[in-house]
Amino acid sequence: MSFFLQFMIDVLSLGGAYALMALGLVIVYGILRLVNFAYGELIMVAGYTMYLTSGSGLPWLVMAAVAVLMAIMAGIATDYIAFRPVRAKSVTAVLITSFAFSTLLQNAALLFISPRPRNVPLPEIFSETVQFAGVITPARNLITIATAVVMLGLFSWLMRHTVLGIAMRAAATNFTMARMLGVPANLIISSAFAISGLLAGVVSMLWIGRVGAVVPGVGLEPLLIAFIATVIGGMRSLQGAVLGGFLLAFMDITLNFTLPQDLLKFRDAFTFSLVILILLWRPQGLIRGPASGQRT
Amino acid sequence: MARNLTTIAVLSGLILVMVVATNLLGVRLFDRLAINLCISLVLVLGLQVFMGNSGILSFAHIGFMGIGAYTTAVLTIPVRMKGMSLPDLYPIVAGIELSPYVAILVGGLTAAAVAAVVSYPLMRLSDAAAVITSFALLVVLHTVMTHWSEVTNGPRTLFGLPRATDLNLAAGTAILAIVAAVAFKESRAGLLLRSSRDDEVAAGAMGAHIPRLRWQAFILSALFAGIGGALWGHFITSFSPKAFFLKETFVILGMLVIGGASTVTGAVFGAIIVTVTFESLRALEAGINQAKIFSEQVIGLTEIVLALAMIVVLVLRPGGLFATQEIGALLWRRARKKEDR
Repeated sequence: MSFFLQFMIDVLSLGGAYALMALGLVIVYGILRLVNFAYGELIMVAGYTMYLTSGSGLPWLVMAAVAVLMAIMAGIATDYIAFRPVRAKSVTAVLITSFAFSTLLQNAALLFISPRPRNVPLPEIFSETVQFAGVITPARNLITIATAVVMLGLFSWLMRHTVLGIAMRAAATNFTMARMLGVPANLIISSAFAISGLLAGVVSMLWIGRVGAVVPGVGLEPLLIAFIATVIGGMRSLQGAVLGGFLLAFMDITLNFTLPQDLLKFRDAFTFSLVILILLWRPQGLIRGPASGQRT
Repeated sequence: MARNLTTIAVLSGLILVMVVATNLLGVRLFDRLAINLCISLVLVLGLQVFMGNSGILSFAHIGFMGIGAYTTAVLTIPVRMKGMSLPDLYPIVAGIELSPYVAILVGGLTAAAVAAVVSYPLMRLSDAAAVITSFALLVVLHTVMTHWSEVTNGPRTLFGLPRATDLNLAAGTAILAIVAAVAFKESRAGLLLRSSRDDEVAAGAMGAHIPRLRWQAFILSALFAGIGGALWGHFITSFSPKAFFLKETFVILGMLVIGGASTVTGAVFGAIIVTVTFESLRALEAGINQAKIFSEQVIGLTEIVLALAMIVVLVLRPGGLFATQEIGALLWRRARKKEDR
């Protein structure tokens, strides 16, 4: 029983983080049909903001808020620099500009800060452990689960009950029609990037909180995870992204427990082969956005 | 036809001029730069064969470069060195020692064979799904290269390749690559593939078997990448899997995008422009680092400039410098205009 509980906590905390990562990627993809390769760098930006403000003596929560705000700004900047100027021209062009923007941010961090890891401040509670019902677990796992629940709840409220959310869903369903009905396209797209940045910022706190340090390449792994999760769950469905995140975490933890050591190092190859297989079997993912482009 | 021959002649001429100039100058630094350029050319042209004609962005290209490099490494590292550089190598291949020239070809063919097996089902996908699968393929190839210690020495540096790539070999291969890229583009398969790039539905309705066409281009592209990787391996003589990942992908992609993905001319000019800029920026970086102007090492400047250049080019000229017409066609049109006057 306690093993089961331990397993569930591992899956839920990892899955919560994965789901938030995937959601941040898919919100932009849903509206623009474009993959944002610079998504991982939003996480990096938040991490370096934490490092840069760590000397200021502010309370941790204030620093975290500033970091998330910076991630939001970076998200909006991605829109203005990499997406807006080439959006109308070609799909390939946008993919390449976002890839270029990602390289730009990464190398800026290399050049202006350092290639070496930099420590970020963490609140005490992140390194404590909690014991209950025969299970010992780091407190940050429980924090991650709580944050994921709050963020997902907030997000689904935003998408269902606010004008902005409804307009975004309309734009995701049929962009041209939404524009004709008076939905301002640029505003909607910028908002999607801002929400993407917000999710990235929150994920960054949880993700970097695991290691306590930030390097220029820190965004690659979250980006890959978000890719896999969205592809498994469904590129066009928000629920799909969340489902994909939890499924991926379930697979990762199960493989960790079951794979022999010398195969474990190939785990990424296994998961990515799985992505390729899923895309072949169901090109739209497990949860399919209806063919007309409708989504809930 | 005459236009295509002009294109080939002009582009190969550029390379020949470079080879002659380098030989006359006899500066070792330029020698390195020229070989580097020729290898990049082979890689960029390989990417152009697939991406330019099919219109699908592929990230996996550099993975096939890695396959080529590791294949030739396993086949050419001298038998007595193998105990040191590849201690866990399977006994069957441990005794093999081929001439580098044969091994380079085998490297290319292996990459093409792997591509043929892996990619056929992937060619049904378009747009974002195709891009993500190619990205996933790159990660799979990279993970395998990093962890298959028996063949690649794991994440550590693999050393001991004989140095076999000189300027003549690299330039010769680059010229062959130009001819092959133009020939494929103008072939029946190339023409059909380009029509599918411009309008997938219409081309399919006309009877073009799009997945098979893309597959052919992908295999040819992997062949180029494998040969390019093998050449690079015999030029640099020691490398680790890190060399075949996102950074290199970015550089090669940058060359193609800045030059113009749809034309062979674009690929060639992109490679030349980016290599020259890159090398001068590297020299600048090294200079700054040596002069100790800043307390920390300056790194990443080159990539920043390249990234900015890519964004600017894509914003101003989404098709790159040579968006639609090869240099041969451009020259012929200019000549005809003069006659008219």
